[in-house]
Amino acid sequence: MDAFVLQILNGLDKGGAYALIALGLTLVFGTLGVVNFAHGALFMLGAFCAVTLQKLLSLEKVTEDPTQLTAWGTPMEIRTPYIETWLGDLGTTLIDYSVPVSILLAIPVMLVVGVVMERGLIKHFYKRPHAEQILVTFGLAIVLQEVVKSFFGANPIPQPAPEIVAGSADIGLLLGMDPGTVVYPWWRMVYLLFSAVVIGLVFAFLQFTTFGMVVRAGMADRETVGLLGIDIDRRFTIVFGLAAVVAGMAGVMYTPILSPDYHMGMDFLVLSFVVVVVGGMGSLGGAVAAGFLLGILQSFASMNEVKTILPGIDQIIIYLVAVAILLIRPRGLMGRRGVMES
Amino acid sequence: MIEKHSRRGDLLLLLGFALVVAFAPTIFEPIGGGYPDLLQKFAIYGIFAVGFNILFGLTGYLSFGHAAFLGVGSYTAVWSFKLLTMNVLPALVLATVMGGLFALFIGFIALRRSGIYFSILTLAFAQMSYNLAYSVLTPITNGETGLQLTHGDPRVLDALFGVQHGDGLPSTDLFGMSMSGWSGYYFCGVVLFAMFYVSLRIFRSPFGMMLRAVKSNQNRMNYTGINTRPYTLAAFVISGMYAGLAGGLMAVTDPLAGAERMQWTASGEVVLMTILGGTGTLLGPVLGAGVIKYFENIFSAFNEATLMDVFSFLPETLQHGAVAITGLFVGEGWHLTLGALFMLIVIFLPGGLMEGVNRIKALFRGGLRRGEVRRPATMTG
Repeated sequence: MDAFVLQILNGLDKGGAYALIALGLTLVFGTLGVVNFAHGALFMLGAFCAVTLQKLLSLEKVTEDPTQLTAWGTPMEIRTPYIETWLGDLGTTLIDYSVPVSILLAIPVMLVVGVVMERGLIKHFYKRPHAEQILVTFGLAIVLQEVVKSFFGANPIPQPAPEIVAGSADIGLLLGMDPGTVVYPWWRMVYLLFSAVVIGLVFAFLQFTTFGMVVRAGMADRETVGLLGIDIDRRFTIVFGLAAVVAGMAGVMYTPILSPDYHMGMDFLVLSFVVVVVGGMGSLGGAVAAGFLLGILQSFASMNEVKTILPGIDQIIIYLVAVAILLIRPRGLMGRRGVMES
Repeated sequence: MIEKHSRRGDLLLLLGFALVVAFAPTIFEPIGGGYPDLLQKFAIYGIFAVGFNILFGLTGYLSFGHAAFLGVGSYTAVWSFKLLTMNVLPALVLATVMGGLFALFIGFIALRRSGIYFSILTLAFAQMSYNLAYSVLTPITNGETGLQLTHGDPRVLDALFGVQHGDGLPSTDLFGMSMSGWSGYYFCGVVLFAMFYVSLRIFRSPFGMMLRAVKSNQNRMNYTGINTRPYTLAAFVISGMYAGLAGGLMAVTDPLAGAERMQWTASGEVVLMTILGGTGTLLGPVLGAGVIKYFENIFSAFNEATLMDVFSFLPETLQHGAVAITGLFVGEGWHLTLGALFMLIVIFLPGGLMEGVNRIKALFRGGLRRGEVRRPATMTG
């Protein structure tokens, strides 16, 4: 029982990341009809927003304190981040909370990146075949990740979670089990909550605002909406920006779980595509459901008990599920009938 | 979209190709490519891309998992070196057959879908192979270290025929002819020529015509009562065999096989080669493979010192600036150039270099038929 709960929890936070990336991917496909292989790179860019902010905040002033000596007899160097000298305690708090604070940086940055990307490149590929869309965005993804690599180096850069949530929670205790059986890092819980909120916000935005209504109408029948005198292209540009923001925020919050490096986007992209396909191309609910489902499946497959029966299953389970879904039900779990069913 | 071609034109093309392969050392000498290792790479990746083109160029099915067959070919060849003999022939035959079998299995499943779903299915299978090669299949693939030759290998055929290897690790040979240096290149070159010939025959055959028909309108084919699956599967298996052969040749030049050859970025590379050269054209893929491998070799060898040399004619401040900017694109940053190239080609020249060549030709023919540029192929998603 306790192992069971633990695996579900483990799967949920990974599933949250998959769901957030897949949500943007499928949103872009549903609205613009574009297969965006650079979406993983947006996730990676978000993560590096967090890295940048953390680096900026911890720029330090080095002063020497002659009253204290190090073991080598030289004056002790005292490093104080500039922000602490300027803002005092608030500065210290800011540094501690650099990851969540980065979201404030990531939102405008990713919005601009998304809009520029759509206006500058993707726009010209609406009418082109999917193969060319895949190829050009694949090229863009390589460019983005190489640029990041040249700025930040090839090694992963660990990002600390705020101290208050750095530890682990004893979930088992809450559920009336023995202490220490189900231990779960607080930050993953935060991530889970965060992804649930973001997913809820995106759905609410599409469901309850006029803007969202127009976008949904455009997804269903772009031409008619255009004929009604609505500038659907502009809305879709904003939708692309929104998808970029969602991917970016997912990246920011994931940094304490996985130290960001330049190719994390590619690693997630392949999986997210599989998630989108399993959920159904263009289906938002499907992407979210499939994201969590595959995350949980993967964490169950990596249990030792399972691995002894089926060695290596943890490596391929997601792909196996995708193959099975594509063969049995090609429109995905919740895909609309007739959308990309060939 | 029926291209006009004559027997004589084909013969000339083959002759020209053979001449280029034969005199490659002299031809590539002036641009710094006249050494066997690099030319061998041209030939091997040329084979890989020619095979990929038979699938993608003719049928329009975009596979994102062809590196898996390449990896399978490499592993098979190295195992043949370990267990059977250091002679390359059995290794290559086995590598080709294994690549084909593997493609038969994956193609049988993946070809049930088309378009982007086909791409994702092939990608999924390639990732599965890659992950498995790294983890559970370690007894076969030797995991992260990669599969290597050792002293204790049985090599039963060599033992049977009394072939003696020296004290060091044995090297690959073709009935006593060493496979390193120029003989190695010419072996790869001959194989490339043979494979190019096969691809030419496929392009000109009714089978090739059928594949083109699949690309231009598969629905119509189905409505006329033709089952296209056997044709596409055949094309998939053939291109898998090409990839297996290329993988085998890689093991011939360097008897070592690692899982990274199966990674999906490697699959992306062959797609790029084909597109860069010209999808659906005969020469395009070889051209694309050559260009990419050439620039990879040249660009990744650049470092700051050579760049300083190149820009030494500029005043010092400008020189540092120029070095800093171009430094992003060369050496370690070669992939950046590759990605940018990828985008530029897809955006401006979707028909690849061959389209560029045709445009220039049309320009020279001048006035009469201005603007009438034949795009060699259109891609379908």
